[in-house]
Amino acid sequence: MLRFALKRLGSLVISLIVASLVIFSCIEVVPGDPASFMLGINAQPDTIAALREELGLNSSLPERYFSWISGMLTGDLGTSYTYRSPVSEIVAERLVISLPLATYALSLTVLIAFPVGVLAATRRGSVADISVMGATQLGVAIPNFWFAMLMVLVFAINLRWFSAGGFPGWDAGFFAAMKALTLPAIALALPQASILARVMRSSLLDTLSEDYIRTARAKGLSKRQALWRHALRNALIPVLTIIGLQFSFLLAGAIIIENVFFLPGLGRLVFQAISQRDLIVVESVVMLLVFAVIVVNFLVDLAYAWVDPRLRSRV
Amino acid sequence: MSLLSIRNLNLSIHGTPILSGVSFDIAPGEILGVIGESGSGKSLTAFSVMQLLPDGSDCTGEIALADRQVLTANEPELCQMRGADLGMVFQEPMTALNPVQTIGAQVAETILIHQKVSRAEAMRRAAETLERCELPQDQFPLTRYPHELSGGQRQRVVIAMAIALQPKLLIADEPTTALDVTTQADILNLLKRLVDEDDMGLMLISHDLAVVTGLADRVVIIRKGQVVETGIAATLHQTMTHPYTKALFKASNHQPDRTETRIDAPLLQLTDVSRDYLLPRKAFFGPHPTFRAVDTVSFQIRRGECLGLVGESGCGKSTLTRAILGLEPIQRGQILLDGRDVFTDPDVRQKMQVVFQDPFGSFNPRHKVSRLVAEPFHRLGRGATLSEIDEALQSVGLETDDKHKYIHEFSGGQRQRIAIARALITKPELIVLDEAVSALDVSVRAQILDLLVDLSARFGLTYLFITHDLTVVRAIADRILVMQSGKIVETGDTDTLFNAPRETYTRRLLAAAPKLPA
Repeated sequence: MLRFALKRLGSLVISLIVASLVIFSCIEVVPGDPASFMLGINAQPDTIAALREELGLNSSLPERYFSWISGMLTGDLGTSYTYRSPVSEIVAERLVISLPLATYALSLTVLIAFPVGVLAATRRGSVADISVMGATQLGVAIPNFWFAMLMVLVFAINLRWFSAGGFPGWDAGFFAAMKALTLPAIALALPQASILARVMRSSLLDTLSEDYIRTARAKGLSKRQALWRHALRNALIPVLTIIGLQFSFLLAGAIIIENVFFLPGLGRLVFQAISQRDLIVVESVVMLLVFAVIVVNFLVDLAYAWVDPRLRSRV
Repeated sequence: MSLLSIRNLNLSIHGTPILSGVSFDIAPGEILGVIGESGSGKSLTAFSVMQLLPDGSDCTGEIALADRQVLTANEPELCQMRGADLGMVFQEPMTALNPVQTIGAQVAETILIHQKVSRAEAMRRAAETLERCELPQDQFPLTRYPHELSGGQRQRVVIAMAIALQPKLLIADEPTTALDVTTQADILNLLKRLVDEDDMGLMLISHDLAVVTGLADRVVIIRKGQVVETGIAATLHQTMTHPYTKALFKASNHQPDRTETRIDAPLLQLTDVSRDYLLPRKAFFGPHPTFRAVDTVSFQIRRGECLGLVGESGCGKSTLTRAILGLEPIQRGQILLDGRDVFTDPDVRQKMQVVFQDPFGSFNPRHKVSRLVAEPFHRLGRGATLSEIDEALQSVGLETDDKHKYIHEFSGGQRQRIAIARALITKPELIVLDEAVSALDVSVRAQILDLLVDLSARFGLTYLFITHDLTVVRAIADRILVMQSGKIVETGDTDTLFNAPRETYTRRLLAAAPKLPA
C-alpha cells in the first residue's frame, strides 16, 4: 500500500510540473506580449514598458518560469495588476468561501446520493425505484441557478429562514457562515446528487448480479447482508471516480451559483480576472485549480486502492 | 432414510416451464450425479433446493432436507439452512469469490453468520477448514486475496466456504468444468474425501458423463426438465434403457470416420519460435524483466493433416495460436505458411482462418449472417457474392435462407457452424480451431466433429486443433503436440501418444483425464 502511495505521489509531482509548463506557456508565450495585452490597445508605450519591467518580462523564459514556480512554492503569487494587492491574499480570501462551499456541497451530495442509490437498487422496478429515477432525471435536467432562485424565493423571501445572499465572513461565527452557505450548497448539490445516485444505483445493480453475491447468499446471508457486506464496497469504484470529478467541478465551477448568492468565491474571481485581463491572477488561480484537481485525483487513487486490493498489487 | 428427497418438483419462470415432475433422493454419504446438457434444468434443480431462484420463479412439489420442508420454509429459515445444512459450490471459481475480501474473512463469514463465536475463533476454524481443503496455511494464509490464487485454488476456497459448518448436503454445480484436467482430478478427489470424512451427501451436477460416472454412486439423467433415467453409476452403460442416455454415451465416445488425407508436404512450418512478454520494471530505470510465453517452439503441419495441440491453461498455446495467425509479434524464429513468412508477407494470411471457442461472443449481433459470413473478404478488398455465401452455408449444413437471419436466432451449435462457414468462405488451406468445440454439449460436439472431418475430406483442409480436452483431440487429430510452460514436451501420432506416452507430463495428463467405462 505504501509503495502504491509513493508511486502515485511520484506521478502527482510529474503531473504538476507538466501542468505548470502548459499553463505558463499558454499565458506567457502564446498571445504575444502579456503587458500590452493586459493594458489594451490604447496604452502608452512607457506604461507598457513599466509593466513589462514589473512583470519581469525582460528576463528570459526559463528565468521567468523558475521565478514563477519558486514564488508559488514560497507562497508569493505576485501582485494583481487590477487589485494592486498580492494575489495570494486575494486567492486566500476567496478560498475560505469556495473550499468550505465545495466540501459542504459534496458532503450533501454523498449524503443524499448513497441512501437514494442504494434504495433504488435494492428495490429495482418498485415505485421507490421509479420515483428515484424520475426525480434524479429532473435533478440533472433543471439548471441549478433556476433552482437556486426558487430556493431564494421560498426560503429567503417568503419564509425568511435564510438570507438571500452574501457572506458574513467566518468572523461572524461558524454557524452564521455555514447558514449563509446552506442554500448555495443545496443548489450545487442537487444536480450532483442526482448524477451520483444514478451511478450508485447502476453500479450496485451490476454488483448485485455478480457471482460472488450468489455465493454469499448460498452461505446463508440474507439479501440485505449480502448487499452490505459484499456488494457495496465493490460498487464503490465508479462512484469514487464521479466524486473526484464532482469535487473539482464544485471548487471552481460554482460561478453561477456564486453570482446568484453574491458570494465572493473563486469562480467569480477567475471570471473577473479574465474579463479584466489580469493575467497574473488568472495564471495563479488556474494553477491552484489544477493543483486541487491533481490532489483530488491522487486521493481518489488512494481510495481505489483502499477499496480494491487488486489495484494495490498491480503497481 | 434419505437425506434429500425431491418429489414431483415443478418449476416455471415467468410462466415458462423449466422442470416438470423431477423426483430423486440422496442418502447420507452418497454421491448423486446429475447429468444433462445446457438448458436441461440441472442447475435450476440445484437452485430449487437452495431456493436461490431468479425472480418470477414458481416452484411446486416437495423438497425435504432431512426432516425439513424447503418449499414451505420462509426466508429466515432458508437463510439458516443455507450454509449450515446445505453448502454449494459453483462452476466459475474466478468470479465466485468477492475480490475485495481476504479468503480467511470469506470462509470465516460462513461460521460467523450461523454461530455465535468470536471473530478470532471463526478465523481459527477457517484456517482449519482451508487446511482440510488442502490449502496449507504456510503457503495460503488467511490474508490472501482471491486474485492471488489460481482457479483450482479458488475452487478450494469456495469448497471450504461450503463445508466450513459440515453441512449435510453439498451441491456442486459443474465444479470442475472451468478447470484443467489435472486440477479437475485433484478437486474431484477432494470432494470424494470430504464426502467420506463427513458422511455428507453430494449432488454433483455436470454435463460430463465421464466426470460423473467416475465419482458418483448413482446417476440421474435430466433432459428438458424431466428425469429420463436413473441408475447405478458404475453399471449405467450396461443397464441404460432410455434412448437419450444411449445417445449421450454414444456422443461422448464419438469417433468421426476419418480417412487418411495428409500428404508429406509441409503447409505450416515453425522454426525456433519464441515470444517474450515484458513484465513491469522492478526499479524505476531498471530493465524490464521478461516472461517467455512460447519457448523455441518448432513443428510443422503437413497438408491435409489434423494436428492437435494440447496443454493446460497458461501453457502458451493461445499465445502460439495468435503468433501463427500473425496477431502477436515474435522475438525469435520464423513462421512460414506455404513457404511464405506470415509477418513479412501478410498476404499469405488469407490462406488461413480461425474458429474461436465462444460461439456467443464472436459475432456482431447487429449484422445479418450474410454479412458475418462474408467478413473475411474485407481483407481481399471485395464483397462476397451471394453464391459464395450460399455455398459456405450449405457446406456446413445450414440453409441458404439462414443468411437473412441474425445471430441470436441460432443455437450454440448452429453458431459454431456459422463460424466455420465464415472461416471456409475464402477457401483457406489451414483452419485454426481454438477450443472450437469446448463450449458445446456432447451431442452437438459430435456433430461438429463429423462436420470438420467431412469438410477436411471434401476441401483438403488442414487443421490446427487447439484444446485442453484429450477425448476430443484423440477423436480427431492425426498427430498431437503436448505443450507445457511454453515448450513442446512431446510429439507423436495420436495412437502412439495415447498408448505409449514417453514424458511424465503427458502421462500425468492422460491419467488425470476422466474416462468413460468401456
